[in-house]
Amino acid sequence: MSFSIEQILRGDLPRGGQSPPAAADPGLLPVSLRINGHDYHLQLESRVSLLDALREFIGLTGTKKGCNQGACGACTVLVDGERVNSCLTFAVMHEGQEITTIEGLGQPDNLHPLQAAFIEHDGFQCGYCTPGQICSALAMLKEVAQGDASLATSDLTKAEVDLTDEEIRERMSGNICRCGAYLGIVDSIRDVYEQQKGQ
Amino acid sequence: MRAFTYTRAADTSAALGAAIQNPEAKFIGGGTNLVDLMREEVERPNEVIDINRLPLSQIEELPDGGLRLGALARNSHTANHLLVRQRYPVLTQAILSAASPQLRNLATNAGNLLQRTRCYYFYDITAPCNKRQPGSGCAAIGGFNRIHAILGTSEQCIATHPSDMAVALAALDATVQVQSANGQHSIPIEAFHRLPGDTPEQDTNLGHDELITAIDLPATPFATSSLYLKVRDRPSFAFALVSVAAVLKVADSQIKNVRLALGGVAHKPWRAHAAEEILTGAQPTAEIFRRAAEAELQAAIGYEHNAFKIELAKRTIVRALTTLTERHLA
Repeated sequence: MSFSIEQILRGDLPRGGQSPPAAADPGLLPVSLRINGHDYHLQLESRVSLLDALREFIGLTGTKKGCNQGACGACTVLVDGERVNSCLTFAVMHEGQEITTIEGLGQPDNLHPLQAAFIEHDGFQCGYCTPGQICSALAMLKEVAQGDASLATSDLTKAEVDLTDEEIRERMSGNICRCGAYLGIVDSIRDVYEQQKGQ
Repeated sequence: MRAFTYTRAADTSAALGAAIQNPEAKFIGGGTNLVDLMREEVERPNEVIDINRLPLSQIEELPDGGLRLGALARNSHTANHLLVRQRYPVLTQAILSAASPQLRNLATNAGNLLQRTRCYYFYDITAPCNKRQPGSGCAAIGGFNRIHAILGTSEQCIATHPSDMAVALAALDATVQVQSANGQHSIPIEAFHRLPGDTPEQDTNLGHDELITAIDLPATPFATSSLYLKVRDRPSFAFALVSVAAVLKVADSQIKNVRLALGGVAHKPWRAHAAEEILTGAQPTAEIFRRAAEAELQAAIGYEHNAFKIELAKRTIVRALTTLTERHLA
């Protein structure tokens, strides 16, 4: 038995041998998204999340769907350089913004320093959370560079962040790794942070 | 998720106009709570009005030395605004203790106030819930109620308001700026959220055809001595079991100014007036802190799984006040 993408997204798959109820045609909207420097012109229902637009309509499956409720961080992408959960926002809301996914960071023959560091430090086992971890870490290092505080920051009046391991852990708490590769993830991020600082 | 009409509002009057025309419509800001609730079919708007293009993202100083936080300023930007960090550290800490960095980047200040309870029975559309479906009953009162309220509850609802930011705003005497077709008015933060009473379906006193434009913080010089202390099941990315926003000024061994608000204990941020009254003018000692905490929690009611919150709230108040007092002495 096969299902259309529309059926999957609506969650109206047949259950227990019953045929799916006829859904009213909710209508499609023209939606233009700029992703990794490319423009995509799509026809989407308003209820399609940014995550589903990336994966199911554009074919950028690097971004992962974990919990689909903002709890795991696997779907983290950058919108105008800031990390967000792509599962909790509608694609149509992001016209005119610059979206960056893991595919926009590096390629197998030209890895982003964070991707290389995750390999070097065993920052993953199954790899499912990794694209979200790396997009999150990239934005996190930018936040640190601009002096953003976290709950682990003791002096809020100081604009400079001392990126301790405690700081890295607090700042990465929106990305869950069910394999428990946290030690390697912290090592990877610290490594890239120190590389950048040394430059 | 049900299908809906997407309306992108170009300005505030277009947004209000769309809401007035359709009583079933919902504004969307960050969407971090609304999208989730729509997916669970707890919220079923037939129209979503996107207000993200409205020019309400500024954070600016007010003539009286206060600060105006735009309704659409993101939680992350608000927490890290230099003037917020310097003048209202309790607010920065409260925001940074909530959710995750990704969620704070999406979440707006107004949306934070309007987020709904995380009561599991409210989320479970197969369970009775007076908040979701008035008159259907409350599954939490006789159910698993570890995260639920101990103050200001009713026989209809024991849900808590989940916001950390709003608890800090309660301690800072913030006011919510609201635009309606009739003009602009403001609502003190304490009058913004409601206790459940017989109408738990109403979280706030904001009308359907009203839009939050900003949250104002009054000039509060002593708020530089402030703290948000959040107790939860894990040290990051979890809702509060109990939290305390505390602002304290001690001079000449006397408490000159004190503000206390509790989170995780009620249907709204709980401003601790009884405790403040006992503390004001007193010497800052462990005994008086405990007495103030006892007074504030005197009317608390524990349910099967959350009675621990009563003692926890008292101890959290004492620890917040002790920490701030020690900073004064240091």
